Amino acid sequence: MNAALLIDVILWGSVAAVGFIAYRRGPKVMTASLREGAMDFIYIMPRIALGVIGSGYIAAVIPQEVITGWLGPNSGWFGVAAAVVAGAATPGGPVIGFSIGAVALRSGGGTPQVLAYVVAWALFAFQRLLLWEIPFMPARFVWFRAAVCIPFPFLAAAIAMLIGKP
Amino acid sequence: MIAIGVLVAASATLVWRRDGLSGVLDILGHDISLFAGILPRVLAGCLLGAFIAEILPHEKVSRSLGPSSGLTGLLIGAAFGAILPGGPFTAYPVASALLAVGADFGATISMVVSWTLIGYGRAVAWELPIMGTDFTLWRIAISLPLPVLAGALGRFVYVRIYPTKAESASEGE
Repeated sequence: MNAALLIDVILWGSVAAVGFIAYRRGPKVMTASLREGAMDFIYIMPRIALGVIGSGYIAAVIPQEVITGWLGPNSGWFGVAAAVVAGAATPGGPVIGFSIGAVALRSGGGTPQVLAYVVAWALFAFQRLLLWEIPFMPARFVWFRAAVCIPFPFLAAAIAMLIGKP
Repeated sequence: MIAIGVLVAASATLVWRRDGLSGVLDILGHDISLFAGILPRVLAGCLLGAFIAEILPHEKVSRSLGPSSGLTGLLIGAAFGAILPGGPFTAYPVASALLAVGADFGATISMVVSWTLIGYGRAVAWELPIMGTDFTLWRIAISLPLPVLAGALGRFVYVRIYPTKAESASEGE
């Protein structure tokens, strides 16, 4: 809870800081930014409402054991590839993503595979892509970004295999 | 948007058939309180993006984060993504603002990837408590080079897929 509060303070502090800079540039810059930000907010709100309010249902119908099973030990590069797919397919927010990773780690999943899973989740989790990235960014950028990132969970796993466990 | 709506409706129906109406309402109540908690942060993110788009000098951005900004541009993008506060509700509006004021795909990819892999927000709030300190620090250490590599690969591919656009963009410098 404290971390969340800290993040909120930093977040609104940053808004206040850039707002102050805009204010120093003159009231016109200030009102233009405020209007722009408010319009973005109004545009984005229903999309996020659908995503956030619906995400619980998507998470409820995909059983977590299925995903954990893919990260099994001694799975090698096949396991890494499965982990990447699992990371992209994991529904819900960070609690679900990291919990699955933690369960996999505790139940004997390979560390490079779990690492690939966490990195792939961070890069490709379909719900974040569809609900957050696409509404805010040009769709062309999002698909391009995702495609370009495909090698990196594998690279991370390769580095992990080289340098070993923590 | 429609695809998500269909997916949500289908999932909700499955939950209803499995757990009945109370299961559906439980999840709905939880999600609505989650949404209410996120809403002010979404507003903060939108305002942050709008202010940044307004106050950053376009010329300077396209020089330091544009197509010909080189490795420095990718490093600036990655550093910016790592220090950016907040979650997806800040990262994507700000990234979109950077694109609008002259950053290229490469530098913006560095920023987004760095935010998602190195940014402290999610790591402190969720990863440390759930995955443990050892794993989190190890994961972040391995992730350090990835944002710049992703940005470099993005830039490399971009000029080959959209040669004319990249050319005219760098001519515009």
